[in-house]
Amino acid sequence: MDVLNGLVALANFVLVPAIAYGSQLALGALGVTLVYGILRFSNFAHGDSMAFGTLVVVLFTALFQSMGISLGPLPTALLAIPFGIAGAALLILGTDRLVYRFYRAQRVKPVILVIVSIGVMFVYEGLIRFIIGTGEQRFADGERFIISAREFKQMTGLREGLALKTTQGLTVVTAVIVVALLFWFLNRTRTGKSMRAFSDNEDLALLSGINPERVVMVTWLIVAALATVAGVLYGLDKSFKPFVYFQLLLPIFASAIVGGLGNPLGAIAGGFVVAFSEVGITYAWKKVLVYLMPEPLEPSGLVQLLSTDYKFAVSFVILLIVLLFRPTGLFKGKAV
Amino acid sequence: MSDPYLIGDAMTGGYGRGADILHGCTIAVNKGEIAVIVGPNGAGKSTAMKAVFGMLNLREGSVRLDGEDITHLSPQDRVAQGMGFVPQTHNIFTSMTVEENLEMGAFIRRDDFADTMAQVFDLFPILKEKRRQPAGELSGGQRQQVAVGRALMTQPKVLMLDEPTAGVSPIVMDELFDRIIEVARTGISILMVEQNARQALEIADKGYVLVQGRNAYTDTGKALLADPNVRRSFLGG
Amino acid sequence: MTQHARTASFFALILVLIVGTGFVQSWNTALLILNMGLVSAVMALGVNLQWGFAGLFNVGVMGFVALGGLAAVLVSMPPVGEAWAAGGLRIVLALVLGAATITAAILAYARVPATWRGWAIAAILIVGFFVYRAVFDPGVAAVEKINPAATGYLGGLGLPVLLAWPMGGVLAAGAAWVIGKTALGLRSDYLAIATLGIAEIIIAVMKNEDWLARGVKNVIGLPRPLPYEIDLQNDPGFVERAAGLGLDPTTASTLYVKLGYGVYFAIVLVILLVLAQLALNSPWGRMMRAIRDNETAARAMGKNVTRRHLEIFILGSAVCGMAGAMMTTLDSQLTPGSYQPLRYTFLIWVMVIVGGSGNNFGAVLGGFLIWFLWVQVEPLGVALMSVITAGMAEDSGLRTHLLDSVQHMRLLTMGLILLIVLRFYPRGLLPEK
Repeated sequence: MDVLNGLVALANFVLVPAIAYGSQLALGALGVTLVYGILRFSNFAHGDSMAFGTLVVVLFTALFQSMGISLGPLPTALLAIPFGIAGAALLILGTDRLVYRFYRAQRVKPVILVIVSIGVMFVYEGLIRFIIGTGEQRFADGERFIISAREFKQMTGLREGLALKTTQGLTVVTAVIVVALLFWFLNRTRTGKSMRAFSDNEDLALLSGINPERVVMVTWLIVAALATVAGVLYGLDKSFKPFVYFQLLLPIFASAIVGGLGNPLGAIAGGFVVAFSEVGITYAWKKVLVYLMPEPLEPSGLVQLLSTDYKFAVSFVILLIVLLFRPTGLFKGKAV
Repeated sequence: MSDPYLIGDAMTGGYGRGADILHGCTIAVNKGEIAVIVGPNGAGKSTAMKAVFGMLNLREGSVRLDGEDITHLSPQDRVAQGMGFVPQTHNIFTSMTVEENLEMGAFIRRDDFADTMAQVFDLFPILKEKRRQPAGELSGGQRQQVAVGRALMTQPKVLMLDEPTAGVSPIVMDELFDRIIEVARTGISILMVEQNARQALEIADKGYVLVQGRNAYTDTGKALLADPNVRRSFLGG
Repeated sequence: MTQHARTASFFALILVLIVGTGFVQSWNTALLILNMGLVSAVMALGVNLQWGFAGLFNVGVMGFVALGGLAAVLVSMPPVGEAWAAGGLRIVLALVLGAATITAAILAYARVPATWRGWAIAAILIVGFFVYRAVFDPGVAAVEKINPAATGYLGGLGLPVLLAWPMGGVLAAGAAWVIGKTALGLRSDYLAIATLGIAEIIIAVMKNEDWLARGVKNVIGLPRPLPYEIDLQNDPGFVERAAGLGLDPTTASTLYVKLGYGVYFAIVLVILLVLAQLALNSPWGRMMRAIRDNETAARAMGKNVTRRHLEIFILGSAVCGMAGAMMTTLDSQLTPGSYQPLRYTFLIWVMVIVGGSGNNFGAVLGGFLIWFLWVQVEPLGVALMSVITAGMAEDSGLRTHLLDSVQHMRLLTMGLILLIVLRFYPRGLLPEK
């Protein structure tokens, strides 16, 4: 029984949150990795792209709520996602037209594009704050829990409860669908394959008659969609705050690099590696250990390896270890 | 005498604004024939090939395909006009499967290219066997087959090969040459640059010896092999 | 226009902007802009050393600036004797143990045969970590219990605050050495992410390790290198001299203090600028630029690229650390919560790029110009918005929103400036020769 309680506690406090967070990071990292693979630079504006898509969703959610439209138990935000994607796509494609395309034509060094993306980041950040301010926005509605801790305890008779928030369930389901769609697109469609070809060998892709501008446009569209979905899922699960999205850049980049930049499969793996390490290292294990350890060995402290404030340090240390010992990432990424 | 099928006529030019590398160099190939460009290192062999394919700007001279002036077409447009090009390096999509490489070769085709792919597989049976394997995992010779196969997917009328046997073993080299002859027999003109001058000239209908961006000797492959001057200077006796 | 004339006219423009602010707004505002402009120029000089000379993409500027701020506290605040007695030695011992653990792990990596290496390192790190925590945690708890409302930390050395400026540089240099040793071999955008992360970690440490510098409880009332305004106002001699200049004592005292800071900062800036110019034109500086322009060729010529990169990374970071200490001295307080990457990393980058990377005067110009805009965009925005919203009804929601949003125009403007400069003056306003 104790073992069971321990496992439930583990699932409740570590596995479920880490899986949800990992899915969100994976979606974010996929966006970063696609930009890197096709446009060949690290896009510092990605966190703000996520925030912008989410911002549009927040606004439309409010609009729908005021019109009395809802999805019942599911968050209204789901209905607003297409609008968010459209908004983010407009913004990003506009940016590409006005900013990135010029540098692409000049074939500048990647690091120049990174600096350009820093400029874009400032503009997006200003735009977002201009529209919605810096405050925290909660836009989740509908049923809060799929199973609440109390229901779980009643159902199983265990001392520990396992709560599963709607947003967590939704995150995982959505992430699976989005990733499946993405991989289907990349591996089965002509356009998707041409994107992979372009990422693999740009010159040969040009020789094969693949239109680079079209590849870039499709990439930005997908990135807008991924960023918006990732941002909305994160925002539903926690809350929407522009600055937090900016800070997500670090774990997202860590995920993409740990997995191998430019490799979509790696981005997903990286997302979960980072999420599990972050949650695992900053969780106070006492709650789980009291069930699993024999009485005399029970820990007296919280058995928290690092305070949660150091979660950035965790993603960072993983990043550094991977970079130093396996620079192309867990899955083979590309080095430009 | 009518124009050859593809001709780079009296080409002069270099990369960007740099010094000229080619000086009035002429390269041509007839339908269904094999033309080989040989010469010492730095003679401008690859440059001549790239000039024919439109990868550098010519200051003088012209390129004509089937009697039509294509001097000002981009490489991509030349592909659409029926020219296929296999670069010397980075000539395959390493992370994609063999089959996907061929599909990408056929990217500009909107019709059904299953027949062409079957032909490529007939020509290179090993590729059919490994069609689901990432091309980057194949051996050097097999990669070159993928590269040639990719270029054949557009059903080109001219196939241009930049040192197709660079870095492969002699046995594989012989096999590759055999395949190239087979491709030529299907009516495709072949223009290639080769380091292995002797073997290449043996299969060549026409040979061009370039020295410092100029035509030094031009004749049939056999005649060049027999020419004592060519033998002494370029074929090691 | 020659390079010199161009430089001179741009700096004349800065002078006009600041003096103009004095006439139009107030001399206090003008001096505030001047002082932070000087500090910003020093920071930009540091980043320019790394990026302009060596092409190192460091986006962890915030971390080094914050370390400089920490140095100001550690040098100038009086030590808290009680806290040292309660757990100071314990904490020091723990830190030594922690350092020993990492050293042991690095040694193990170098010495232990490959088959055992992973296990050995893991064992050392795990055991070391728990020993460290066992020693460290009680010490921290004891220190933080001492009068938490006022101190709750170990305090500093109680030395003159001006000493903190070089110390800030030294502290930042130490951190840069560790970072450089591990991360400098990485590709440029990996280095960027790595430094971004390190800066976040430094801030996280400063926010959470209350025993060190009170964390988010902030350290206030740092000693000043200049007299307090109130003392000046009570000094009859000063009041008399102020009256002689036609100023009331309050204004005169604030101006006096600000001018004093300005003089100190200007001295530092001039010294650093001269040193940077000498470095740029020395064989060392030429080699650095040769490496930047073609690393492979430089390596092939037998230049020790890694070593040179490490040197300049440390130097640049030290300059940023010094600027951080200066800034904290100017503020008289350390507030770890106020360090944000947009303000302390990316804005400095905007300064360097806009000013002209690779040109020390360009970096300094960028520091002043961008700082001026950063401060003045808000009042300009308010003016702009009042014009736009003039026709709207008093209670219009849009009007209120627009007026409230003015504060966010800064980021937008900075982004646009950066993008426009990158596009039309890719080498900056004062390009490298």
